[in-house]
Amino acid sequence: MTVLDEKTTARVAPQPPRRPARHRGFGHPRRASVWTYAGLLAILAGSVFPLYWSLVVSSQTSDAVTAVPPVLIPGGHLFDNIARVFATTAFAKALLNSFIVSGSITISVVFFSTLAGFAFAKLRFRGRKGLLALAVATSMVPHQLGIIPLYLLMARLGWTDQLAAVIVPGLVTAFGVFFMTQYLGRAIPDELLEAGRIDGCSTFKLYWHVVLPIARPAAAVLGLFTFMQAWNDFFWPLVVLQENATVQVALSSLAAGYTTDYTLTLTGTLLATLPILVIFMVLGRQIVGGIMQGAIKG
Amino acid sequence: MSSSARLARLDHKGSPYLYILPFFLLFGAFGLFPLVYTGYVSFNDWDLIDAGAHQWIGLGNYRELLTDAYFWNALGNTLSIWVLSTVPQLLAALWIAHLLNHRLRTRTAFRMGVLLPNITSIVAVTLVFAQMFGRDFGMVNWLLGVVGIGPVDWQADTWSSHLAIAIIVMWRWTGYNALIYLASMQAIPHDLYEAADLDGASQTQQFWRITVPMLRPTIIFTTVISTIGGLQIIAEPLLFAGSGTPTGGSDRQFQTIALFMYEQGFREFRFGYASAIAWTLCLVIALFAIVNLLLTRRIADEE
Repeated sequence: MTVLDEKTTARVAPQPPRRPARHRGFGHPRRASVWTYAGLLAILAGSVFPLYWSLVVSSQTSDAVTAVPPVLIPGGHLFDNIARVFATTAFAKALLNSFIVSGSITISVVFFSTLAGFAFAKLRFRGRKGLLALAVATSMVPHQLGIIPLYLLMARLGWTDQLAAVIVPGLVTAFGVFFMTQYLGRAIPDELLEAGRIDGCSTFKLYWHVVLPIARPAAAVLGLFTFMQAWNDFFWPLVVLQENATVQVALSSLAAGYTTDYTLTLTGTLLATLPILVIFMVLGRQIVGGIMQGAIKG
Repeated sequence: MSSSARLARLDHKGSPYLYILPFFLLFGAFGLFPLVYTGYVSFNDWDLIDAGAHQWIGLGNYRELLTDAYFWNALGNTLSIWVLSTVPQLLAALWIAHLLNHRLRTRTAFRMGVLLPNITSIVAVTLVFAQMFGRDFGMVNWLLGVVGIGPVDWQADTWSSHLAIAIIVMWRWTGYNALIYLASMQAIPHDLYEAADLDGASQTQQFWRITVPMLRPTIIFTTVISTIGGLQIIAEPLLFAGSGTPTGGSDRQFQTIALFMYEQGFREFRFGYASAIAWTLCLVIALFAIVNLLLTRRIADEE
């Protein structure tokens, strides 16, 4: 039995079509004027300012929050404030919890989406179209509205205040299946799979040796989105977790109470955003590309 | 038929179902089932977690809901915040996409810049803005003071709280929609603009006569997505109140339907009533989605 090696596969497989922008004759490629740059810089400033402001507040003493006119330059108290966040709340545990939750969800979503996407895009079976339509339709359903029975279910399972209550409902997403189905449909030539079959590959061997290597770029984008979404998820964790909070829940409880300590709150904001910011700095180009391919929903 | 051939046949016919099974199992159990079961719960007087302690009351919860002033208040707030955030947001996104659709230096940096708000969590965004919209020491009131406008108590009034929440939503979503528009703009054939140039059309005319009409399907798509998301907002009004109370301000001036559902379900522990709210909201969302769909069809027919 011959097994296709990764390198051949990668060379044979055509890349999915590039964005129309790269083709000549599309778009609106006028040279940008000074006004275009000025407008974009103003928008950029507006985009960055709230995060910059949380850096300013979290690096100053508590007096800065009430200063008039506002202080606009970061100070030297960032690490004091961070230490205070970790001392007053279980923020370290919350960060760890969020890493566990987001990590497990990401691995699972990428794996199951690729598997189902392969079946939907490249295998022939009865009911394929109907089941795919069902999967796509369910991605539009407002899940937030099912939280009451979901909570009752978790209570029955004894999972309230356990990370499993947040992880398990997130293990698969309709969007992930749809995303991988679309990508694999374009990226894998049928001839390649036929060749594998003639060589005696089982379906799972095809998945492992042909599909997975080709799926890698799309899987990376899906993984990024899934991680960020899981990290930022707030409402369901708020409902089902109490002591065992994720970082967004911990952050919201920093602000709760009759008087909010904004230095503490915005320091927490900065800490909670930092992992996502790091990912964005390193892989922002892929994230932007993923959204512009038009398939990603937030 | 040899046994290995039979095995291959089984693999060929059966294994696809195996690959999609995990998705449908998990999704059915934790996604679809709860949503359907919400319907059942909504027909009950259900105040305890214990599943045995509930009583079938038919449409009782719905009847109560229709006469509940808090519900109508929440519905009004939701629609108001949705309109205030969606309309300016999509217009601004169009303009930003237009700016980005030039030959630019550091193209990727600008695109990443406009997307930055969208990758920030709702909790983080709302808390920072809640501070900036503070009555006494907030940045927004200070800026207004500089141009001679008196301080606004943003949380206290209906209009001001709706505006503040709409700005939070806008800040987080405008750049995302701009990138969607930009992607569509790049698919518009360039000869259209060249022909317009020859005819002496100005840049502004070209934007409204070529770019916007070519973008119509995408504009409808973003409107539908913003509708489904916007009618469900909950975290922004919950956290904007600061104290973590789900009433949406002292007079419920910014309580949305989803927040009302959360209050009834997880503060009052009226699971049946909260489920009725959930299904009603689902209906409202579906209604708006259908209106959008009909709109899409009509526009598609015209072309």
